[in-house]
Amino acid sequence: MDDFYHALKVSPDACTGCTHCMTACPTRAIRVRHRLATIDAAACVDCGMCLKTCARRAIFVEQDDFNRIFQFSHRVILLPTVVFGQFGGEVSEERIFAELHAMGFTRVVETDRAAGILAAAMRDYMARNPHRRPFISAFCPAVVRLIQVRFPSLIPHVIPLKQALDLSAIYARRELELAGVPGNEIGVFYVTPCAAKIAAIKSPVGEEVSPVDGVINMDFIYNKVQVGLTRHRDQPLPPAPDQEFLSPESIAWTLSGGEAAAFEGRCLAIDEIHNVIDILEKIENEEIPGIDFVELRACDHSCAGGALTTNNRFLTLERLRARARANDGRRREAPEGIRQHDAFLRERAPLPGKIFPRPIERLDEDMTVALEKMQKINRIMEVVPGVDCGACGAPSCRELARDVVLGKAKLDQCIFMRQALLREGLMTPAEAIEMAERTWGKGRFGENK
Amino acid sequence: MEFSYDIAGGDFSRAGAASSEVKKILKQLNVELAVIKRVVVALYEAEVNVVAHAADGVMQVTLDSASIEVVIRDRGPGIPDIALAMQEGYSTASPRVREMGFGAGMGLPNIKRNCDSLDIESTVGVGTTVRMVTFFNR
Repeated sequence: MDDFYHALKVSPDACTGCTHCMTACPTRAIRVRHRLATIDAAACVDCGMCLKTCARRAIFVEQDDFNRIFQFSHRVILLPTVVFGQFGGEVSEERIFAELHAMGFTRVVETDRAAGILAAAMRDYMARNPHRRPFISAFCPAVVRLIQVRFPSLIPHVIPLKQALDLSAIYARRELELAGVPGNEIGVFYVTPCAAKIAAIKSPVGEEVSPVDGVINMDFIYNKVQVGLTRHRDQPLPPAPDQEFLSPESIAWTLSGGEAAAFEGRCLAIDEIHNVIDILEKIENEEIPGIDFVELRACDHSCAGGALTTNNRFLTLERLRARARANDGRRREAPEGIRQHDAFLRERAPLPGKIFPRPIERLDEDMTVALEKMQKINRIMEVVPGVDCGACGAPSCRELARDVVLGKAKLDQCIFMRQALLREGLMTPAEAIEMAERTWGKGRFGENK
Repeated sequence: MEFSYDIAGGDFSRAGAASSEVKKILKQLNVELAVIKRVVVALYEAEVNVVAHAADGVMQVTLDSASIEVVIRDRGPGIPDIALAMQEGYSTASPRVREMGFGAGMGLPNIKRNCDSLDIESTVGVGTTVRMVTFFNR
């Protein structure tokens, strides 16, 4: 299996192996070993649930060094609309734009400006491929990865187009190149609300390389803007280039229901990864007939609930709704804006490659062997306690049984089984402690004699 | 290998639960995706039939590396004319059931389309037994 880049990392110093993330992971990708949460790269979909549940902030999102932007003479920052929702109403958009310029960016492009062109491309794709109904949006990279690992039979329903993030990056680059700037002097940096978008940029699905040069975490940019706002509090607003007003539809694009509102027919909008899994199960079973389009987002309240956002998601929504109202009817776009590149972007919108299945559920390639393994799992299930305590370092008894059969764990990791073995005299107390240390870490039970 | 699931008549909130369990098993066995899809669609229809019409039922699954056999046995009204019930659009579902989006009269024909062999035995006033077999490699 290929290697998949994951932005989510665990800090061995901060992690205590508490199992919260392990229980929260929707693809059951986490195990606790030696007092440390470890993430299975093949099963992780970068949804960020682990980061959100970690009370010790031991799970973090790796980002590029900010100073890398200065390797380029033309530094473009791609902003998702959600950025504006991070700030209170007292911070004007002009101030935010000014701060982004002040920290070194030469051009600010809102990613959702490409939403209109993308919606048109999606409409076009759906009209030309009616047999692929129900259509599933490829908006959320965590959802695309979830489909690859857990619902591979639904891959043909995914609309194989690049997203607003990619199209706006292509546009930003194109615009500068047309103005005579050499390609190697242009750096395009995306401000991400989540880990999934980083993974999508570092190891894209369905394309070789991403048009984005680097990624900056949204909380990092938020802090940097806040520092600037404090420092420049009493200074007049420095001149920043004119901004175009994003249309209400484009502002809504990354929020729940934003895509679904753009299309005809029966469209559903679902957010939060467990809700997404639930609906994908139903779609896979053909339980809901007559659906045309499904918008699926891994985070609660879509990108407003991203793991790297700082503001309360409801306050984010409030500000963005106010922004949409304020922009309604205002000058949508300069004549030299993104629309001018419509044909150019539409031509580049289809994903050049395939979205491959990467099923994680199978027990073996060979069905006969898989059957034997399943029988072994069922036998183990008869002896384990079935309380899913997580003390063995696996999220459930069934997962431990599966790990044992796949040779990734030992059954005596189970504290219940150890008690039984101790009672029968089949294990010494010292052996029991040694076994427990494999999950809980050395020295947790005092020094060994 | 054998599995068995109880199906509660009238409990539409749980309709599809047994089919989903079977789907999970087939995914673990590395059965081809297109085959899983056919099996699950057929099972879902059959499961909903039990929920919609019968008092209760049992889904018995027998698996080997070549095929899956599912027998769904219910205690219910039975089907007086199986040939008629096999016609698309024929339905005896009550308006209440139809309001929930079930009972469009596509059930049995859809099951037949999605399995390799289908046998239906039914006694009016006693119940119905549906036996479906699907081969993994044809």
